[in-house]
Amino acid sequence: MKSIEASPELTLPGRKPIQLVDENGSAVGDLPDERVLRSLHRAMVLGRRFNRQATALTKQGRLAVYPSSVGQEACEVGATLALQADDWLFPTYRDTLAAVTRGVPAVETLTLLRGDWHSGYDPYAYRVAPLCTPLSTNGPHAVGLAHAARLRGDSLAVLVFMGDGATSEGDAHEAFNFAAVFNAPVVFFIQNNQWAISVPLSKQSKALTLAHKAIGYGMPGYHVDGNDAAAVYTVVSEALERARSGGGPSIVEGLTYRIDPHTNSDDTNRYRDASDAEPWRATDPILRFNRLLGVDESAYADEADRMMAELRAEMNKDAHVDPDELFEHVYAVPTPRLRAQAAALRAELAVDRDEA
Amino acid sequence: MAQLNMAQALNRALRDAMTDDPNVVVFGEDVGPYGGVFTVTEGLTAQFGEDRCFDSPLAESGIVGTAVGMAMYGMRPVVEMQFDAFAYPAFEQITSHVAKMRNRTRGKVALPMVIRIPYGGGIGGVEHHGDSSEAYYTHTPGLTVVTPGTTADAYSLLRAAIESPDPVIFMEPKSRYWSRADLELPARTDAMNRAVVRRVGQDVTLIAYGSTVQTCMETADAAKEEGWDVEVVDLRSLTPLDEDTVCASVRKTGRAVVVHESSVFSGYGAEVAATVSEKCFHWLEAPVLRVGGFDVPYPPKDLEEHQLPHPDRILDTIARLQWEDQ
Repeated sequence: MKSIEASPELTLPGRKPIQLVDENGSAVGDLPDERVLRSLHRAMVLGRRFNRQATALTKQGRLAVYPSSVGQEACEVGATLALQADDWLFPTYRDTLAAVTRGVPAVETLTLLRGDWHSGYDPYAYRVAPLCTPLSTNGPHAVGLAHAARLRGDSLAVLVFMGDGATSEGDAHEAFNFAAVFNAPVVFFIQNNQWAISVPLSKQSKALTLAHKAIGYGMPGYHVDGNDAAAVYTVVSEALERARSGGGPSIVEGLTYRIDPHTNSDDTNRYRDASDAEPWRATDPILRFNRLLGVDESAYADEADRMMAELRAEMNKDAHVDPDELFEHVYAVPTPRLRAQAAALRAELAVDRDEA
Repeated sequence: MAQLNMAQALNRALRDAMTDDPNVVVFGEDVGPYGGVFTVTEGLTAQFGEDRCFDSPLAESGIVGTAVGMAMYGMRPVVEMQFDAFAYPAFEQITSHVAKMRNRTRGKVALPMVIRIPYGGGIGGVEHHGDSSEAYYTHTPGLTVVTPGTTADAYSLLRAAIESPDPVIFMEPKSRYWSRADLELPARTDAMNRAVVRRVGQDVTLIAYGSTVQTCMETADAAKEEGWDVEVVDLRSLTPLDEDTVCASVRKTGRAVVVHESSVFSGYGAEVAATVSEKCFHWLEAPVLRVGGFDVPYPPKDLEEHQLPHPDRILDTIARLQWEDQ
């Protein structure tokens, strides 16, 4: 546990990822209490069902696309459940599960991917920013919100997700640096799932671990077994608490693996061998917790069935957005030009209806 | 009544906005104790403290992205990009997030923020210090883009931009920072979203904004000697474009020339010319012409006089407007 304590002299992250539950489901460190372990397990089981269901919806034409987080549930769930009520989450497009875990209705997290609007939930209702597509651009947003909260004297922390590929982007660097300089209460959670579509980590970074990057910015970095929900939860909880209490930002790297393709429209056979995933299947986050807790997925089967049936029912409804809404939210008050364009579209649609 | 230059008027606008609203924060490069390279933020840190006006690391995307997060939390950030071309690193944040957040969230998340960009040439700057980048922003739905042509408007427009519920790209014509005027502050001109007829004339409308407003006023004086009574319209707001004011003027004069510093091809003047042609076709005596920079990268100091619109070139262009005696 020593390596995850705040260290003023910023010791380098360990080469071996921080682990509290090993691949066999044995405790190898101080675990969170039983209640937390069970909620992590439950959320992961429900989360995998959600991932599978969402991918199935793409095959049924109900979702345009879905970037799955199968295999990464310990990261999605472990980091998100570490948040307190006042904290904020800044997810990426792959983090629908994190948003769901935070309490956003599943159907609302899928709006972006269904294609009826670019975002489907009220960020203020859940303290979850919209799923962010351009890589690492949510980093500065998280820093800004955290800095604003600190200036106001509000005690909260911000958790921002990014992937291994996103750490190559300039905004990741700028966000890390701004956070450190501003002492902003932010935790950068890098889900290192080894692949950025077809590009492996080895072509993305020469850093010893992605957590090592933290040292250069003057903040602590933690290299965590990202398939160990207990470790992710514990390390992120401590990092968030330190941020909340004025101790500044940190980077947590969760070492995991993208079991599924980048999205349903990607073909992994073009760039990686099926055997590449095998070692990671053996370290599966749910399997590990099944063993630790002595219960398997069936414990949550009824609940999962119910949730998925609800989700399917919602998703099977045809979403209809009034084309008028195209013009409504561009500005607080539509400009004269937008009003004219809205009228033109209405007229065009009226003619179409008459002809039909 | 006080004599102020444009930089001082902008400074006063920031000061008054910060006094009126504790949510207004100013940050960027060198804007803290140093007061900004054009002195626009001078004294703000001393008056309001480092939490309200502060230096950030030198990274424009980070500055704009951080402002997005602060605005999400209810603040009204005003950030400075220092120079036109140095705003380009922030382009993704501006176009993908600043402009789109309200629409993306169906109005749930507004981003009341101002991005100040000193722009344009005429100050003998080295490369990357003379670009007219307004068309990049006016082409992006969701942004409001304004630029003052006078010192009085500089104050009022910036106050209005800070109070706007929408993100505003506030373009400051840097060659006019030192233009002085007598101002009765905090009295305001009604500048947001509205063009104004700067000078009334009957024969031809010069449509200008930012630095070219003054150039066109000088041209109008010179035109009198040629026998042309020139009207000058100062757009002030590029997005939205005040079509009513522009079209009313052109319908009266029947001739129009758009004048800006930026390269003519695909520049903002093309939009104005197209709009005027569509809406005033039957009133026009001649095609709408444009005077702007050549389609070349902004030139070095020794050559910039050729790039910038000047009264002689504008007069030559007016002369090409198919007058009856031709």
